[in-house]
Amino acid sequence: MSEMGSLLADTVTRLFKDLVTKELIESAEKGVWPEKLWRTLEEGGLTLPLVAESAGGAGLTWLDAHVVVRAAGRYTAPVPLAETVVAGALLSRAGLEVPLGPLTLAPVRRGETLTLARSGTAWKVSGTATRVPWGRAAGHVVTVADVAGVPTVALIATRGARVTDDKNLALEPRDTLVFENAPVVAAAPARGIPNDAVRLYGAMARATQMAGALDSILEQGVRYATERKQFGRPIGNFQAIQHYLAVVAGHVAASGLAAETAFRAADRGAHDPSFEIAVAKIRVGEAAGVAAGLVHQVHGAIGFTYEHSLHFATRRLWSWRAEFGSESAWAIELGRRVAARGAARLWSDLTER
Amino acid sequence: MPTFNFALRDLPPEAEALRTEVRGFLADQFGGAHPVKRARSWGGFDREFSKRVGARGWIGMTWPKKFGGGERTFLERYVVMEEMLAAGAPVSVHWVADRQSGPLLIRFGTDEQRERILPGIIKGELAFAIGMSEPDSGSDLASVRTRATKVDGGYLVNGTKVWTSNAHLSDYLIALFRTQVVPDKKHEGLTQFLVDLRTVKGMTIRPIIDLAGHHHFNEVNFTDAFVPDNARVGNEGDGWEQVTAELGFERSGPERYLSSIALVKELVAEVSRRPDDRGAEAVGRMVASMATLRTMSLSVSGMLQAGQNPYIEAAAVKDVGTTFEQSVPELAHALLDVEPTLDTGSDLEQVLGYITQVAPSFSLRGGTREVLRGILARGLGLR
Repeated sequence: MSEMGSLLADTVTRLFKDLVTKELIESAEKGVWPEKLWRTLEEGGLTLPLVAESAGGAGLTWLDAHVVVRAAGRYTAPVPLAETVVAGALLSRAGLEVPLGPLTLAPVRRGETLTLARSGTAWKVSGTATRVPWGRAAGHVVTVADVAGVPTVALIATRGARVTDDKNLALEPRDTLVFENAPVVAAAPARGIPNDAVRLYGAMARATQMAGALDSILEQGVRYATERKQFGRPIGNFQAIQHYLAVVAGHVAASGLAAETAFRAADRGAHDPSFEIAVAKIRVGEAAGVAAGLVHQVHGAIGFTYEHSLHFATRRLWSWRAEFGSESAWAIELGRRVAARGAARLWSDLTER
Repeated sequence: MPTFNFALRDLPPEAEALRTEVRGFLADQFGGAHPVKRARSWGGFDREFSKRVGARGWIGMTWPKKFGGGERTFLERYVVMEEMLAAGAPVSVHWVADRQSGPLLIRFGTDEQRERILPGIIKGELAFAIGMSEPDSGSDLASVRTRATKVDGGYLVNGTKVWTSNAHLSDYLIALFRTQVVPDKKHEGLTQFLVDLRTVKGMTIRPIIDLAGHHHFNEVNFTDAFVPDNARVGNEGDGWEQVTAELGFERSGPERYLSSIALVKELVAEVSRRPDDRGAEAVGRMVASMATLRTMSLSVSGMLQAGQNPYIEAAAVKDVGTTFEQSVPELAHALLDVEPTLDTGSDLEQVLGYITQVAPSFSLRGGTREVLRGILARGLGLR
């Protein structure tokens, strides 16, 4: 990890440990916006790592940002930090001004589009985006739309949308936003950004949040196995429990590296990171399913209660693995791409990564 | 909770230059090989091939120059290893010596042993077998009973080693013998020896045929077999510590996730011919696993390069890696209407036949899955 990376890691870890308490997550799950947490993150310069310092950001790399997003997953911070990091980066790439406040991304589901149309010197947006993360809480939505063959990044105020509340399994807002010729704050073509940038970088962010949540459930599983006694000894003494947690540890190690590799790939200017991002979303999603199941098994009935904190991470894992494209959706895309290249190129393509 | 030390590693430019060289060599030496031959890979024992690898300077790459080594980085060595395995090259003459027996001698051997043995390894001329397991000592390795009793000028060995791959073809056996019985302390009193298989008297090698009818395993019996003093590696009683270090090397390489790569390639070829969502999804998941395992494996090499001991991390890579390797034939059966065959049928069917039968060994050799998970549990602080 770079020096900046470890500095960031210390800062966000301290901040999340202090502020993201069980009470805070529970109140967020009841619909209360954690204003103090957000303001502290924003004032600490942690929400816009990829925006240039001259534009109010931190001027860092994706690999640096990875540390922040992973910690947000690790501590299940109930704010759209991952979405804001990605949205800020996209705006920045298009040379657009980045507003303060929480940002989100749309559309997040395949098959949905937001259409940009010129209206004099301004732009208007129309379309419906469902399951938009934190739609009701975000001040602005960032989208990438195809305008006459050119990927165009647009910043849209959410107050121009008709919002219907919805949520995911972890009770995080996943709202429907309907735009009918709504005003666009600013839009600009973006070089080197694909049309599916929202889904792509969104998947990358979710993979890393999941890697963070996986760190957390491994730690919780080991702690519980050490503390909980049955048959006169800690259950972690039993080989069955040890092997469950060893399997989880393997998945956690794989997930952390897969996610970090994707962020590193996103930093490489000329390099298309979609291979690494697909790999990360698939591999970490698979890990999420296995690891959440095993750590619940280790916890027994107590881990199945709302009172225990394990579900803050596991409910997020179950939702996040499906957001911005499921493992199967990404695997079909990746597999088609590999198949089109053919078996003879499989190994050389892998080693060029 | 203790955590793993998996850091992301980049291959340096000199390693990538080396990759091109190795690919050229392999295309030249092994380009036309049949997929089933490639599937055998580090089961392939070819003395001429290993000599040519040695001539290129690709054995003992990281060893000190004073022992004839190349003083190159572990990451360069990693590239040579992964290219050899990906191509399914017949590497087993030099593989064991390069990976663990040579490093063992460099760390614990005498100057005389190093001068006598290392140059032959580096040239690809000396093949090594590993004498750890015994009929009553498998995962419980410290329970070995084969005795080496001190006599004038050396030791008399009595006992039996088993599952000794390539003992019938190799030049040396690195064996773990008991030189002392310490009551209730089975890890003490163990010593490693370098047995010259070509000259030792009182030893018999009996083949053990595997379930597919192949002969690579052996049972090696010693009856008052004399090994000279200069065959002892390290001090008497240090065998356990040395073997633990050796197993770290044994588990650290890319062979722990690439055993099924010949079948992976056949599956990709099959899906390429008739791409549909079902086939594409299977390929996508396989590639995601492989790419991630490669990153993990590279990270372990980076730890070796940094002088760290990747004992726990290597166990993690091997456990996750062998699970992947064993999933590949399962995937083939789930995806395709093909029948595994021996030496008829398509390339895919023959490779599937070979991998299906050899797959159970992936999570047995070099430490069983259960032993590895025990190591991981210890790493997590549970033991």
